Amino acid sequence: MPLAPLSLSLTVFSRKIVTNNPCLFQRLGEYGRTDFVLDPIDLPIVLCLNPNDGLPKVKLTRRQTEGTARISGPMAALLGLVHGAFDGDALFFSRDLVVEGDTGAALALRNAIDDAELDLAQEAAALSGPFARPLQQLIALAERQTGLYLTRPEDAAIW
Amino acid sequence: MELTVGSNQFFWPAETWSGFYDDLTRSPVDRVVIGELVCSKRLSFYQDRIPEAISKLVEAGKEVALTSLALVTLKRERKLTAELAEMGVTVEINDLTALAYLLEGSDFSVGPLVNVYNEGTITWLASRGARRVCLPPELPIGSVETLAKAATDLGIAIEVWGHGRLPLAISGRCYHARLHGRSKDNCQFACEEDPDGLDVLTVEGRPFMAMNGVQTLSDSYACIDHQIELLRSAGVSALRLSPQSKGFVQLCTLYRQRIDRTLSEGELANAVLSFNPGVHLSDGFLTGACGAEWSGTSNS
Amino acid sequence: MVMEIVCPAGTPAALRAAVKAGAHTVYCGFNDETNARNFPGLNFNRSEMRDGVAFAHARGAKVLVAINTFPRAGDEAIWHRAVGDAEACGADAVILADLGLLDHASRNHPGLRRHLSVQAAAANADVINFYAGTFGVRRVVLPRVLSVPEIAAINAEAEVETEVFVFGGLCVMAEGRCSLSSYATGLSPNMNGVCSPASHVEYNEDQGVLDARLGGYLIHRVDRGEPAPYPTLCKGCFSAGEKAGHLFEDPVSLNAERLIPQLQKAGVTALKIEGRQRSKSYVAQVVRNFRAAVDALEARRPMPEGMLARLSEGQAMTTGAYKKTWR
Repeated sequence: MPLAPLSLSLTVFSRKIVTNNPCLFQRLGEYGRTDFVLDPIDLPIVLCLNPNDGLPKVKLTRRQTEGTARISGPMAALLGLVHGAFDGDALFFSRDLVVEGDTGAALALRNAIDDAELDLAQEAAALSGPFARPLQQLIALAERQTGLYLTRPEDAAIW
Repeated sequence: MELTVGSNQFFWPAETWSGFYDDLTRSPVDRVVIGELVCSKRLSFYQDRIPEAISKLVEAGKEVALTSLALVTLKRERKLTAELAEMGVTVEINDLTALAYLLEGSDFSVGPLVNVYNEGTITWLASRGARRVCLPPELPIGSVETLAKAATDLGIAIEVWGHGRLPLAISGRCYHARLHGRSKDNCQFACEEDPDGLDVLTVEGRPFMAMNGVQTLSDSYACIDHQIELLRSAGVSALRLSPQSKGFVQLCTLYRQRIDRTLSEGELANAVLSFNPGVHLSDGFLTGACGAEWSGTSNS
Repeated sequence: MVMEIVCPAGTPAALRAAVKAGAHTVYCGFNDETNARNFPGLNFNRSEMRDGVAFAHARGAKVLVAINTFPRAGDEAIWHRAVGDAEACGADAVILADLGLLDHASRNHPGLRRHLSVQAAAANADVINFYAGTFGVRRVVLPRVLSVPEIAAINAEAEVETEVFVFGGLCVMAEGRCSLSSYATGLSPNMNGVCSPASHVEYNEDQGVLDARLGGYLIHRVDRGEPAPYPTLCKGCFSAGEKAGHLFEDPVSLNAERLIPQLQKAGVTALKIEGRQRSKSYVAQVVRNFRAAVDALEARRPMPEGMLARLSEGQAMTTGAYKKTWR
């Protein structure tokens, strides 16, 4: 999969999410311009996210990249965290997820995302235009690989 | 500026305890707080010596106050605390429980373990009869300045923690007993082996804290050599020196000389370090980024 | 009366999750230093608080607002505003710790119910009754240093309701009386609403060995595959004399699920769950569990088995001081 179009897709996607969830970036407070690196250790890529005060930039790379805060772990754990299915603290304690760099920033991101009640699949499905398709494929792939459903049914009985 | 000797935080044999207060009658301090702060179980070993120590100190011209326990839980401790009010000496409350037993309007002092962080609290305490407040050691200089100003208007004297291991926490659990594999009820007074607290180090060997029964102290000894002028101009009227097992009268004299300007800034810290080899100093709560910081150049 | 479950909410989403999961009461705080969980990305702005209270009230749940740090000298107005805004948002009570703030609230907001925060460390019946008589406090959150018989003794003499912690993080020090955090980092629960703040945490992994530091002090060093507790000072690994280990407390968390019947007999009104910093999925699961437990107790059914181990710090649980041997 070529990464440049995906990076663009993700940037568009993240901006769409911000538009639909304005509280998300308000919650980041002083970390609104922090470089976050999300590193799924079972995939050969890392995701760099800068919230850029509500106009986020996302970049996928194959190289190790520097960031202010890095969260690494299996893709399933990272996605579960974003989607709110797993408790972040429990994932950190169990070392499924590892935080390096600015722990405060990682915590802010975690808390902001937890409040946002993101429905990644629905957000992606609502996308149209040239960026929609690669992203929807990516989400379908992630669901297959991790066994997590990234759709948020009303009152999901997760437990 | 006056010097107040705080209540002894540690557990010493009764003879040592009496000797310490005998020595204080000959020291250049203005006020002595006496009694048990940390653990009610220690009290029975020296309780009967308290009246004599008080009268000797009063005869020597010292003001005396009697401290309450820092954490009052048990029935026995409630009774002890209630009895403080009947001793005929000013009570220094270090747990608000003691205030519940004082007659409304009677004068009292407030110790460093009561949370006095703002003007509202000090105003309320003044309305209940507080005449002297030793501020919590964690307060930064900005808060000290604001509170000292408010206190002047209220007729309250303000003290600041001047010297000694900082009281950082109090618990229901006894760490000395836990360390020795004993329960608190069967502690066998393990804390008596450590007359200045037991050093607690990180696993890398870096000194960090000190254990003292149910209390946790700093590894470092607070020393406000570098803040005395600042505190004086803020309107702080007394410095509190916390008892230690060695050279305490000499220490009181050094602080007296520093206040009287016969020792200059830096000389006090050097002198303290010279007869307490291996000790670390700190003054970070007042002017540093964290409590453990030391603004002086000398440290062992 | 069924025992009241009091649940944490660090975000509006967690508040909704807690209410939907069966919380009788939710506690939360404003997004500033006025509350003792002043963590990045957490807590409620004024309009979120208003909406949260409305959401809870529409479903028969109550909201308590924790304003339980100690106001900074010179800046008390921030805390006074928080009390006024909590009342304006429709909060059912405020949870306070500071004497000056209690005095302020009782004089200026007499109609707003006042609870005494655990940060006030009121550990006996005399001081509890003193707070009740002086400031009109209606409920006291008991410190986590008491055993069940001591709690029973307090309730036999106390004139007001008591609330106790049953699940989550465990303070081994008397709350509101601890400056360990500011000694190492400059930030404290009393002044800043944070303990062992994330801003001062460093994790460093080298060949599988993970070091967790706070303010530069090494708090934990764990081998590959071992759980990595957050470097909370009092739960660190230290050495003293000839001994090394968790000298103050093991990295365990509190679970008093099995003690609920005893706590009811001891006269406790409300059971409090710690964890405003935890996720909404955690909150929902814990709430469901505890609601099922108190409902079973009320209906005289056997207590359901606990399922909460995976959610706790370091994966280990303790009943803490409730069992006297803890000391």
